Amino acid sequence: MYFDRCDPLKGEPLSILAPDGSLREDLRPNFPDDRAVEFYERMTVMRLADRMAMTMQREGNLGTYAPFYGQEACQASAAFLQPGDWLAPSYRETGALFLRGVPLANLYRYWMGDERGMLMPEGLRNLPIAVVVGAQALHAVGVAWAMKLKGEAGAAAVYFGDGASSQGDVHEAMNFAGVFKTPTVFICQNNQFAISLPRRRQTAAATIAQRAAGYGFPGLLIDGNDIFAVAGAMQEALAEARAGLGPRFIEMLTYRLGPHTTADDPRKYRSDEELAEQKRFDPLARLRVYLENRGLWSRERQDRLEAAGRAEVEAAARAALEAPPPDPADIFSYVYRRPPPYLERQRKELPAEGPPAAARVAAPA
Amino acid sequence: MANLNIVSALNQALDQELARDPRVMILGEDVGREGGVFRVTDGLQKKYGEERVVDTPLAESAIVGTALGLAVGGMLPVAEIQFEGFLALAMDQLCNQVARYRWRSRGRYGPALVVRVPWGGGIHAPEHHSDSPEAWFVHVPGLVVVMPATPYDAKGLLLAALRSGEPVLFCEPKRIYRALKDEVPEGDYTVPIGKARVARTGKDLTIVAWGAMLREALKAAEELAAENLGAEVIDLRTLSPMDSDAIVRSVRKTGRLVVVHEAPRTMGLAAEIAARVGEEALTSLLAPVERVTGFDAVMPLGKLEDRYLPDYRRVLAAARRTLAA
Repeated sequence: MYFDRCDPLKGEPLSILAPDGSLREDLRPNFPDDRAVEFYERMTVMRLADRMAMTMQREGNLGTYAPFYGQEACQASAAFLQPGDWLAPSYRETGALFLRGVPLANLYRYWMGDERGMLMPEGLRNLPIAVVVGAQALHAVGVAWAMKLKGEAGAAAVYFGDGASSQGDVHEAMNFAGVFKTPTVFICQNNQFAISLPRRRQTAAATIAQRAAGYGFPGLLIDGNDIFAVAGAMQEALAEARAGLGPRFIEMLTYRLGPHTTADDPRKYRSDEELAEQKRFDPLARLRVYLENRGLWSRERQDRLEAAGRAEVEAAARAALEAPPPDPADIFSYVYRRPPPYLERQRKELPAEGPPAAARVAAPA
Repeated sequence: MANLNIVSALNQALDQELARDPRVMILGEDVGREGGVFRVTDGLQKKYGEERVVDTPLAESAIVGTALGLAVGGMLPVAEIQFEGFLALAMDQLCNQVARYRWRSRGRYGPALVVRVPWGGGIHAPEHHSDSPEAWFVHVPGLVVVMPATPYDAKGLLLAALRSGEPVLFCEPKRIYRALKDEVPEGDYTVPIGKARVARTGKDLTIVAWGAMLREALKAAEELAAENLGAEVIDLRTLSPMDSDAIVRSVRKTGRLVVVHEAPRTMGLAAEIAARVGEEALTSLLAPVERVTGFDAVMPLGKLEDRYLPDYRRVLAAARRTLAA
């Protein structure tokens, strides 16, 4: 219903929940108020989790981290995936992976430089985090293609950003998805920046969503800070992909309120005024207003949620910090299925211990 | 047993594995209706259908990248890249993605897939159709790199690659695709990955070669035999993980080593082989290790490629130098 209604060439995003908390009832998806409450709660904890990672980084306990502050509604789209669906994340999908059942402590450990954090829980079809921008789009097409060949009803959702949309791999992935009609849902979180490069310099096209037409499948532009639009678009895209109608593309308009990573200083490329203006479109604030207006949320519930959320996030941080150090022999554990003899010999060359602390060079930020 | 060339031996291996294992599928440019530009997949689409032998759009990165996804999703893809020069377009997917996926997923998704690529020079082809970039890939942890030199090994190594559970770059020496025939069993057999083969025994020097260069090494060995000099010729077969133990064993016996490859010399595999022999058998060496290789220059087009590629005369000259030392 949304894909038919909205023309991505026009550049008018699907908007259901306005920034002031008012809802277009005529456009409301199958997303009842109890679901809205539940999403508000998880998105709030998601934001606390993101903030905790930033704090851990500042305290020197975590390496470089890519925050998703401001993109909580986009990331919440992962909650619409079924267990049998695949999720192909980029490095900014901590929120999406958290909702997909990856323990927060694992995600922290990954960013702390502990590879054990990369092991996805058994039975969850999450691909590992892709750091090369856009590479995961091809993997998502591949796993979706395999589902189609095996006659499994399911879909693969791939997450990437406006920067990745310029990568050749994303183009090739969309083209293959179109040709082989794979059940792939392309989710472009257009957060307006690829590190410092603004969206208008990423492509001369009015929208990224309109690219889908060039590959022969529908694209939809939505307000990515509007959880109702996210819910409607995601449910429709997944249902159509699962029904064998082929790939779908959703461009979620959002804004990265934080830096690209902890190593980035966004003041070099955007003003404080712009940031303040963008905070008016916060995905959580408008959902809270909506819920409060309906009598579904209160100050007391907010306080309880934040206290419980903080406890959850702190427990995860503690678990990550208290994890025993990795076994250095692990360096060799997952290179080959059967390690060759010379690799076994190299394993024996491992120094018994690391260099003294004073000799360690600080990691590049 | 049938007398087959490498193209037919590979076709037979793919045919049999498509019949045996429903997960196996082939994808690449012109692999279906056309049967591949070298006809390695001839007739397979007709027999197994368009879903299992897939003509893809023209995009090398996508062929390798979707093959990775297909493998994670439970298929066993055999991706074909039309010529080794085009593999550069799939470099990220092959080296950064496929090779690291087992590691990145902590062993959960070790991608079992094969990337078949016609390799090397000698057929008077255009630019990017005659290179030998195997060292690029041997340098990448996690990739298995294989190059058969005979029809028997071509079939046996391809079947082993498909069953290895590893991501395998399968380099096919296009110069000898149809140049030699071998008795190839019609039934099922594998040739072990990671094991070199002693193609000829000898006690006076060791010559290591692979792919199309094996022929040159064997011809040089024959000439030496006429002078009562015994060259032991090792067909490396698997370039990574390399069976350096087999080379070291041979050098301990002969004391002399010549390494032959088409690829440019600097940082080529001969350098690594020489280093490993230096580490493990230095005291057995009676002469410096000789390298007979392509030059550190761009692979020339057809008219000059025979001057660039090592042939048995250059192998022979190197053998004589090491024997005289």
